[in-house]
Amino acid sequence: MEEKIISKSEIGTLLDKLKEAHSIIAPVHRNGELSFDRIDSADEVVLEYSNTRKAPKSVFFPQQEVMFAYSKTESGTQVREPDLEEDVLLFGVRPCDVRSFLLLDKVFGSDDYEDVYYLRRRENSGIIGLACNNPRQTCFCTTVGSGPFNHDGMDLLLVDLGDKYLAEAVTERGEGMIDNFSDASDADKQKRNDIRENAEKGIKPVVVDLEGLKDKLDGMFDADVWDEFHTKCLGCATCTYLCPTCHCFDIYEEEETNNSGYRLRMWDSCALSLFTLHTSGHNPRTSTKERTRQRIMHKFNYFVHNYDDFACVGCGRCVQNCPVNLDIRDVLSTIAHL
Amino acid sequence: METTPSGTAIDTAVNPYLPIPTTITNITMETAARDIKTFKLGFRNESDAEKFDYTCGQFAEISIFGAGECPIGIASSPMDKGSLQFTVKKAGHVTKAFHSCEEGMEVFVRGPYGNGFPMRDLEGSNIVVIGGGFAFTTLRSLTKFILHPENRDRFGKLTVIYGARSPGDLIYKYDLSDWEGRDDIDLYVTVDKGDETWTGREGFVPTVTQEVGPSSEDAYTIVCGPPIMIKFTIPVLTELGFQPDRIINSLEMRMKCGIGKCGRCNIGDKFVCKDGPVFTYEQLMNMPQEY
Repeated sequence: MEEKIISKSEIGTLLDKLKEAHSIIAPVHRNGELSFDRIDSADEVVLEYSNTRKAPKSVFFPQQEVMFAYSKTESGTQVREPDLEEDVLLFGVRPCDVRSFLLLDKVFGSDDYEDVYYLRRRENSGIIGLACNNPRQTCFCTTVGSGPFNHDGMDLLLVDLGDKYLAEAVTERGEGMIDNFSDASDADKQKRNDIRENAEKGIKPVVVDLEGLKDKLDGMFDADVWDEFHTKCLGCATCTYLCPTCHCFDIYEEEETNNSGYRLRMWDSCALSLFTLHTSGHNPRTSTKERTRQRIMHKFNYFVHNYDDFACVGCGRCVQNCPVNLDIRDVLSTIAHL
Repeated sequence: METTPSGTAIDTAVNPYLPIPTTITNITMETAARDIKTFKLGFRNESDAEKFDYTCGQFAEISIFGAGECPIGIASSPMDKGSLQFTVKKAGHVTKAFHSCEEGMEVFVRGPYGNGFPMRDLEGSNIVVIGGGFAFTTLRSLTKFILHPENRDRFGKLTVIYGARSPGDLIYKYDLSDWEGRDDIDLYVTVDKGDETWTGREGFVPTVTQEVGPSSEDAYTIVCGPPIMIKFTIPVLTELGFQPDRIINSLEMRMKCGIGKCGRCNIGDKFVCKDGPVFTYEQLMNMPQEY
């Protein structure tokens, strides 16, 4: 696939061209925070950043969305779906976050039932990723099958060479985006290779045997370690909200009038105490012990059984933001060494 | 294809979250305590009726707009075409709203969901149905299905043991009296404690099961009831020679989407809404004990 050079000043040109056919969603400063949002102009885009606090999963799976509106009429209650979203292009997304979309695809796009709300947004979307030259202390993407220069799921990967970007086309659509730019030289490609090698070395693997982890957890549901892991946990659910692969949701209704209203869905979290509470009062997960166990087992065992992948991309947001520093890498390490 | 007032077509075959309209055609009060009602629902659209193809043991998500949705086991037999029956206990937000609905009102439904009972395994075998209290709903669907003239000779001996706390708590009394007179079903009804008018059997379901002693030869048993009943019935069944893969249970769990996406109802890597709610005892023994 093509590899071209785009100078830093030419990024604006690229974005302007893409803007003609897409809504561009990129890292921008909004409300005092760097987050993924629609841009009005190329100037707003921030490409010198480590990662956003919130994962970009809300592009395809918003924190809150209307599933349908209902209204009671003379000929019976009518149900109306919201209109389709526009074609989006995500720009400047890190490889870990792009990988999270591939994992969410497995859940929402499974053969038995298709989650149209997620899929309609996802279907025509384009993705231009940004390689990580300087992974953070809290990054562990290489542990879970990804990497700072991984381009799975992207149309195009941009690598910052300092004064310019090397653009690696991954799909034909990506190739089409960089048609008009000049080819990368051998020196450019070598520089990219050097930066990549450096970046990959900068991430220390936490668990070496990935296959062993799922098998180990198979027999560990009743293990004593779960008594230790959860003691710090406050049940604040920060980890699940910021996590790119967490996909649990609640479904509820809001009345507008006596005869009309909406059914909506909203993110929910297995870390919250009421998540599994039955109407009868019975709750299979009564303490942070069961709920912490659920989080780890789901991401590193149950999801693997169902979809053949860890439900974790190693972005480190949970590590960065947990108010009590409950570090998932320590949990995995402990389990690996048992 | 439904059409909305604004003319936008909704293809419910594509969006699994869109429910279909039904009308309440009949409401039967089941219990003396007036906390359990059976609702008969007719489909608004003929095409929906044809598409709603279910097997015994499956459930549907019932929508009461303004209140929300709840998963309820289908109580009617699939042989009764064109309508659905749901037996609902008044327990929480949505079921309370359901109970205050009247005949003629609309209620929305989506489904059928869940794996249902393993009908292909059950055919050709003797069937022992054991139910306690309110959990009898999908067992009633199964019993009616087996008893239907088109189906009866595909199944062996049919034994039904059904118990409730008191005579007033027995549901489907009309079916029970129908079945009493038949010779193609062995019915044993019991209550934990009778009242002045009760002339039937008294005794807990596990005890009655032991007394009846149904044969485990070429047999499957389907057991649904409160956890305490299951706990004491399983040893009796094991004693009678039922292997764990021949003991079938149906579980309940807090649900929302009903289709394995929202992550709420899992036991280990299985979703009760999608991989269940029917599990064999053998499967349950190999799942985390977290339900």
